[in-house]
Amino acid sequence: MHEAGLIMEALKTIQKSAVENNIQQVTKITLSVGRLTMALPKALSFAFRILSQGTMFGGAELEIEQKELCLECCTCGVNFSPADIDFTCPECGSALIKILEGHELHILSYEGEADKIEGNCCPEVAASK
Amino acid sequence: MKVIVAQKLLQANEEIAGENRHLLARHGVLTLNLISAPGAGKTTLLEKTIAALKEEMAIGVIEGDIYTTKDAERIASQQVEVVQINTHGACHLDAQMTQEALNALSLAQLDLLFIENVGNLVCPAEFDLGENYKVALLSITEGSDKPAKYPLVFHEAQAVILNKIDLLHHMDFDLETMLEQVKKIKEDLIVFPLSAKTSEGMGAWLQWLKSLVPKKKKLFATAW
Repeated sequence: MHEAGLIMEALKTIQKSAVENNIQQVTKITLSVGRLTMALPKALSFAFRILSQGTMFGGAELEIEQKELCLECCTCGVNFSPADIDFTCPECGSALIKILEGHELHILSYEGEADKIEGNCCPEVAASK
Repeated sequence: MKVIVAQKLLQANEEIAGENRHLLARHGVLTLNLISAPGAGKTTLLEKTIAALKEEMAIGVIEGDIYTTKDAERIASQQVEVVQINTHGACHLDAQMTQEALNALSLAQLDLLFIENVGNLVCPAEFDLGENYKVALLSITEGSDKPAKYPLVFHEAQAVILNKIDLLHHMDFDLETMLEQVKKIKEDLIVFPLSAKTSEGMGAWLQWLKSLVPKKKKLFATAW
């Protein structure tokens, strides 16, 4: 469920960009996903396979770069990667932290075929214009 | 052709959440997004909170539910403004659904707005709705390990309500462990242990809400 919602959001954003770039068919998408989001790569891929069918994303490859958790202590400034769910600073014991990495849900890039003939859009793209 | 997007996956949601936040600030409405697992007691807490505060401030509620209107009916019986969102299967509210609900509310009249999210501790933590604060609600029947299992929602929240403390004597809930875990995720997180059913501990939570609402009205007066 979680992953399907995330993929739907990603496809909305990419479709908008693809239309702006005159891209008719997307062939590859690269996402960056942090560990803290609890989004499972396998479930993301499954959701993508189902939701992309019959759209401009049909048959595209989904690449997922996983990001480990990296925190910065707001008290002493040290950076650390907790192995467990313990966000206390190993140096000073404070749990006032900033998440540097591990909370990402980013679309890094996508690849696609540009539409060569002006005005010749697939129905999905035309509908979204 | 490769296009570098380098933007948040939830960018579309966040843009709409920004619009919602702006709209709510313009009307000076303090908005809380209430997140918990199913059955933790969100609706009971809201019923009790509304009953205690509705004479002092104008309260509105957006009720998120997958299919039913049961919770909205319970809230409506308190004679406050309620808008129901049925997500039709989606496990969280998003900013677009919230915006449609905001448009159906008389924001100019409201002081305090609760958004009761769909019961789920995972997805709602990711979706900004445009609220001022997220409040996580956990009931002691769920077990004291929940902050460690769902750290994001506790990190994102400004306050945690620990509900059903009237059952503490019947459960193996380790309050100290739970509070320790919460502090390990976010040191300055405010915890309100209470029982919405018996009203034990409700005072501190109500006081916190009262302290936030006038502040917001003051901000509103200076900013606009």
